[in-house]
Parts: sequence; structure tokens; C-alpha cells
Amino acid sequence: MSAPASKISANVNPSTLSENEDMRKMHVVVVGHVDHGKSTFVGRLLHDTDSLPNGKIEQVRKNCAAEGMDFEYAFLLDALLEEQEQNITIDTTRIFFRTKKRAYAIIDAPGHKEFLKNMVTGAASASAALLLIDASEGVMDQSRRHAFLLSLLGVKQLVVLVNKMDLVKHDQGTYEKIKTEYSAFLKSLGLTAVHFIPIAAKHGENIVTRSDKMKWWQGPTVADALDNFRHEDDLTGLPLRLPVSDIYRFDHRRIVAGRVEAGSIRPGDELIFQPGGRRSVVRTFEDWPGPESRDVAVTGDSVGFTLSEQIFVERGQVAAHPSNQPRVGREFRARIFWLGKEPLQLNKTYRLRLLTQNVQAVISKIEKITDASTLESIQASSVPRDSICEVIVRATRPVAFDLHHECAITGRFAVEDAGRINGGGIILEAQSENNAREGKVTAAERTARSGHPPAVIWFTGLSGSGKSTIAELVERRLFDAGRQVYRVDGDDLRTALNRDLGFSAADRAESVRRASAVAGLFANAGHISLVTLIAPLAADRAKARAALANHAFIEVFVDAPLEVCESRDVKGLYAKARRGEIAEFTGISSPYEAPESPEVHVRTDKLSTDEAVQLVLNALDKILQSKAEDWEV
Amino acid sequence: MSRNAQNDHLTRLEQTSIHIFREAFSNFRSVCMPWSMGKDSNVLIWLARKAFCGKIPFPLLHIDTTYEFPEMYEFREKAKAIHGIDLIVRINEDAIRRGIGYATHDPVTVTHELKTVPLKAAIDEFKWDALVTGIRRDEDPTRAKERWFSPRTAEGVWEYKDQPPEFWGQFASTAPEGGHVRVQPLLEWTELDIWEYIRRENIPNPTLYYARNGKRFRSLGCHPITHPVDSPASNIDEVIAELKSTRVSERAGRAQDHVGRNSMQALRAKGFM
Repeated sequence: MSAPASKISANVNPSTLSENEDMRKMHVVVVGHVDHGKSTFVGRLLHDTDSLPNGKIEQVRKNCAAEGMDFEYAFLLDALLEEQEQNITIDTTRIFFRTKKRAYAIIDAPGHKEFLKNMVTGAASASAALLLIDASEGVMDQSRRHAFLLSLLGVKQLVVLVNKMDLVKHDQGTYEKIKTEYSAFLKSLGLTAVHFIPIAAKHGENIVTRSDKMKWWQGPTVADALDNFRHEDDLTGLPLRLPVSDIYRFDHRRIVAGRVEAGSIRPGDELIFQPGGRRSVVRTFEDWPGPESRDVAVTGDSVGFTLSEQIFVERGQVAAHPSNQPRVGREFRARIFWLGKEPLQLNKTYRLRLLTQNVQAVISKIEKITDASTLESIQASSVPRDSICEVIVRATRPVAFDLHHECAITGRFAVEDAGRINGGGIILEAQSENNAREGKVTAAERTARSGHPPAVIWFTGLSGSGKSTIAELVERRLFDAGRQVYRVDGDDLRTALNRDLGFSAADRAESVRRASAVAGLFANAGHISLVTLIAPLAADRAKARAALANHAFIEVFVDAPLEVCESRDVKGLYAKARRGEIAEFTGISSPYEAPESPEVHVRTDKLSTDEAVQLVLNALDKILQSKAEDWEV
Repeated sequence: MSRNAQNDHLTRLEQTSIHIFREAFSNFRSVCMPWSMGKDSNVLIWLARKAFCGKIPFPLLHIDTTYEFPEMYEFREKAKAIHGIDLIVRINEDAIRRGIGYATHDPVTVTHELKTVPLKAAIDEFKWDALVTGIRRDEDPTRAKERWFSPRTAEGVWEYKDQPPEFWGQFASTAPEGGHVRVQPLLEWTELDIWEYIRRENIPNPTLYYARNGKRFRSLGCHPITHPVDSPASNIDEVIAELKSTRVSERAGRAQDHVGRNSMQALRAKGFM
């Protein structure tokens, strides 16, 4: 049962690594049509670069013999039982190896068409691609589809390997024919292959060693071509794009966390956070363990920093320098590749994920659907799986973005359906929004931003009837539900705006007029305003209702018998009034005209506060629903 | 010039891992990090402290098989104090009462009973929806297929044939109903990267990795089934020099991987790390 102690060479040989070696791993994806020889190629590459662990090839040979199969290089990679049975690669696999120049991660992506999402996963993290074409079969569906996806995913360095040259007698004419045909296809995608290398992976021809059967080939071997790939561009020279991942408040510090996706950032930089447009200055980087912190963070660095002013910042916003900001908008034209089992549909709500932004969005128009393998247009009302489309995307909230050709990293997004990423897209151009207007901001735009129409709820009733108690709870419930809400309280108004008013009939009328004007302003700003004011006279209340006629209006009669109100006497006012210390006190020395037909009538001596609150909220829901239809944008 | 993601290989790996930690913490309701006290696990702690500016804002979990090396228990207490770790320890007492152990059972059974079962029980108890693990793609062929964010079903099963796509820094952001997501910040690191980073950052690490009497541990697990390899490397510089020339696989000394041809696959499909 015990495994034998393994032997590690005691003779450490430092010459296997040169001191100036490029330590950054080069990620290369291997793609191509099913059975065009990807796994065999990778197996052979590992063998020929002397990268296999001791005993690996013997182990696989033994396994093959045990199962009565001929050994193939492809089996080296297909370590999973299921793969060996199906004889296809099922998922993205990374294989690590190194040349004298540097370390590599080969991303072995599958050729079977059902597994396109795995190829996308693999290719999106690669700096370069090797695409295999079987010389005896020529260019096939997936040869074209994979190149199309590479172009969308932004893999710019491509080498085409014309494989299985042994099956076409190493014929240069066959090679040239494939090269001509496929080059033209690549050109239509805006791609160029660095090389077309003729190989026979099975026999190791032109992998590391030059083939003596293809003397006509003067170009590089695959190993040479790999070593000539460059790492993806360093985006540090571009304008700063730092999407906020979170705000940390673990101790006294308030730290903005995020990764620099493009450009660079230093303490002292002024930042603008989009969408929203708030500005502040980077105070410090909060690097642990310290004590020193970086003086600059560049593309690829994750940072945590404090700001000199405490402005509202949240996950999803993109920090930029004010001199070069991303675009902000709700609509753009995009090219999307769709991997979902269900087709991509018009007007269905999806989640759009762009860096750390995550917003609801719909496809408001499908302009073109393309079959990825033939590049021919498809006529359809929805976008089928594994095809590519040009569409108008419309988000429910503003999004910060760049056009893909300006800054790829902020110019692309993933599309999520029911919690699953099912597609990706690049942004081609910004759309001028249908509802955006030059100049004046409209009520409809405010409603769209609040997510609900404005309203005025007017609580009237005797002192001590429970107006404020109910209104405060209504405000809390609405606020917690994400509504824009503000309470205009009669007592508060008296301390400032109405300081000059007393309790005469004329002053009471003026007080009601001013309260209705203030409530109207909040409603104009998109809020649900809650007014709590005794407003004892029916005529004054009627005027208020008329003044607020363009908003949803709910009159709530907070009703309790005078004795009950007087027994509550929270503020001790009834006692004072009875002692004659307050003149013209409503209900004692001044009349209260009960509303005849309020929208809501709550008897606070009979209902619990919660029941009363619920009645008000029900009435609000009802009226807002009817209003919302008028406000559709 | 200070090190950054553009000019330094290890810094690039470090900064990417930090980003993965932060995405996990922002996207999931309740995060936990299992801690084996091994080298990868200790690097994870270090990276988490960097990600969250000093203090790890979620608990760590040690699934104690009761077969840890005595040095590891000592190291656990020391590291817990150094890092200010909020540590949860779980043991499958029931399995131990039933007499499950290396003296009487095969390593696959014991690993399942003493590691996978209590891990699953802890996930059910604390309702974590994300677990941060230290697995790396270069360790084992099945691990090479992993994603940064890898969903597991309520039964702990890895549906590796139908994994969500991952591109442009967008990961699976919700756990399957009743399941969780494995978050794997070290996916792109190699064994050599781990050691070079431990050296650079001076990260606390058990001394069992260094040779005594011509043998050292390259990977640490339960003592009855973890075997030292022949090696003269008695300090970190020698370990790094050795790794630059070796071609023996890292987990060669871990018996549970080698029982059957697909033992690792069988263990992992049932919820093993």
C-alpha cells in the first residue's frame, strides 16, 4: 500500500534555466476542426521539447497495451477515463512546458462543436493561437468558426498549422491551395496568419525538428514560431480604467478596491467615477504588509486606496482621469457571439456584465445574424446558439464603456441569462438614446431613473391622531424598498419656512399652501412626498389637491376621536390648550373639518399602526400602477 | 523601479490572485477558505491579507483528519496567531468512532470519510456559498480542467463536462441551488512559483518541506500515506534549485492518487479538492 519514495536528482543543474529568461508564461490556445490532430500535435510538442514527466509516456503506452489499443500521442493529454473512451477532448486543458526561451501554457481547446464555450474560455485567456487544418480534409466548418471567434476574442497572433502532410505525400501544391483559400477567409475577418507551417504532428515533422520530406519549406518550425510570439500588449500607456470591485470598511479606513485594467494610477491623481460623475483625489494606496506602499499601480495591478473626500462610490463604477473618461450611456451597437442553449431573444431581459458593472439589458434590435462557419447571413427573429449577431443593446441604467477599437478591455461584455454566462460581445458604436433629450431633464427621465412615478401622500388629522407615526413607518418601508421618498412634516416647516406664520385662519391657509408647494417640488424631483399637516379646513385641503393635480395624490385621513388624541397627548399640547395657554388649538378652540371622501381613512383607535401603514401602502401601489402606464418610456 | 504586474512574473500572478479573491468576496454571500497548512494554503492566506489590506474578512476551515504530522498542529497554532485567523476546526468524529483509519482501510476510503464528508457537513452547517481552494492547474491532469470559479452541486459534484464559460474576467457569480462555488486563486501558479513567492515574501511555512537525513516532503497530507522524497534540499534556496531541474511529479509521494488509474478523478468527482 505504501508508495515508494520517488527519486529526485541530487545533481541540481542550474544551466537548464538562463538568468535572463522571460519568466512570463506565454499562453497559446490550440484550435481547429475536430480530428484535425490537436491533441496529437500537443502530445508530440511536449515529447519533442523534452517536457514530459519521467515515465509518463511509458505509463500511457502501458495503459494502451492493457486496453488493446495502439499508442497515440493524443493519449498523453487525455488523462481522464471519459476522454479516452470518447476519443475527444472535452474541456479546456492547460499544459505547461518550456523552451530555452520561456515558459508556455498550451491551452488545448476542443474541436467538437458542442463545446464551443470551452474554446472561448481557453482562447480568451490566450495571447496567441495555433490553428490546425488537416491537409487531407482541407478547411472545414470549425476551421472557419474558430477563426471568427479568435477575431472577436481579440487574439491577434495566429499561426496556421497545415497538419497531416504525410497523408498528402508532403505535397506543396495541397499546402499552397489551403493557404490561399484560408488566407482569403482570414482577411475577410480582419485577421492575418503570421505563418502557415506544413507539419506532420504524428511523426514530429516541423514541430521542433525540420522535416527532410518537405525541403520546400523554408519557414520556421512550430517551436521557432512559438518563441516569436509576443506577450499581449501592455495597456499601461492607455487612459486609466479602474473598475471598482468593492468598498472595504473593515476598520477606520474606507478603501476603494479595484484592478487597473488600463493605464496607471498614483496617489494625488484626481479621479472621476462613472456613471455618476463624482470626483475625488487618490490619497493613499493601502498596501499590506507595508510599511512602504507603491508609488504607482499599472495595468494588471490590484489596488486598494483611500480618497481625500468621502464621496459616494460603489462597485461597478469605473474610475478614470477627468481628462480622458469612458463614455456613459444606456444604448450601444454590439457584435455578440451566443453560446446559450436557448436562442438570444429580442426584448428579453438579460444581465450585461462589463468589468464589475452588472446591469439589466435587452436586445432592442437585431440587425444581422451570421453563421459563424460560412459567414452567410441567417434570416431569423432570434439568435441561435453558436452564431454571431449585430444588435442594439439597451441597458436599464447608464453604463460606462469604451468602443472596442478604442479600448478593448472596457469595450466588451458578457451576457448572462438566468445566472449563466451565455455570450459575449464587443461594442461597435454608441447609440444616441431614444429618450435622451438635449437640454431640459424631463419628468419621464426622472421616473425612469427612480423606477417609479412620483406621488404626494397627504396625512391630515387631529394633533395626536398618529399622522407622523404612520408617515415615518410608511417612509421607512418605501425607502427600504428602494423608492425615492421624503417626508414634509408640518412641525418641521414651522421651525423654518413657516416661522412667520401663526394659527389664524389666514396663516393656516398660507401654511397649507406652502406645504403643498414644497411637496410639489419633491414630487417634481421624482420623489414620493409624505406631508403630515393637520390642515383642518376642507377648503385649504381642496386647494392643495388642485395645486398638486399633475401628481398622483392620496389623502389619508388619520382619524381618532378627540378623547383618544387628548389622552395620548404626546407633546403635552392638549393640556396646554385646556389651560388656555395655546389659542386656536384644533379640536379645542378651533374647528377640524373631517374629509368627506379621503382616499384612505384609518381609524387609529381601532387599527394597529402596521395595519394603518399597510392600508396606505396598498393605496399607493394601486395609484402608482395606474400612473406607471402613463409614464412608460 | 518597484515591482508591478507588467515587469515581474510573480507580481503578475499575485495581483491576479488578489483580484480573484476580491471578486469572490464581492459576489458571494458567505465565503470560507479551507486551510491544509501546506505551502499553497499558506500562500493563499498571504494573498488574502494583501487583497483585504491586512485582515482576512472570512473564516478559515481546518478539516482535521487526526492524522496530521505533529509539526503541523504546532504550525497551525503559530500561524493562527501570526495572521489573526478566525479558524473553524472540524473532525469526522463519527467515522473515527466507526474505526475508519489507515491501519484498516484504503487511502481513498479514509480520504473520503475524513476529509470530504466533514467538509460537506461544514458547508451544510455554515451555508457557505463560496470556498477558496489552493489548487493549481499543474498539479494533476483533472485539476488542469478547472476554472477560476468552479460551481459544485448541492451534492458536491463537479460537473466538469458542462462548466460555465469564463472570459474577459467574468466568472460564475452564483452558486447552484444548495451548492457552492470553488474559487481557485492559484490556478495559474506552478509549484516553482509558489516556492519563489514564499521566499520573496518570507511567508511562514512548515519546516517538513526541508530535508532531514536526505529526505524531505514535497507535498503534505496524512502521515501514514505521505512519503518523503530523497532530496538533499535543506533550505528554501535548495528547494527552488531542485525544482528547476526535477521531472518527478509533485504528488508522487501522495498514496491516495495512485491506487487506481483514475483514483484522483474518482475522489474529485465526489467533492475532494
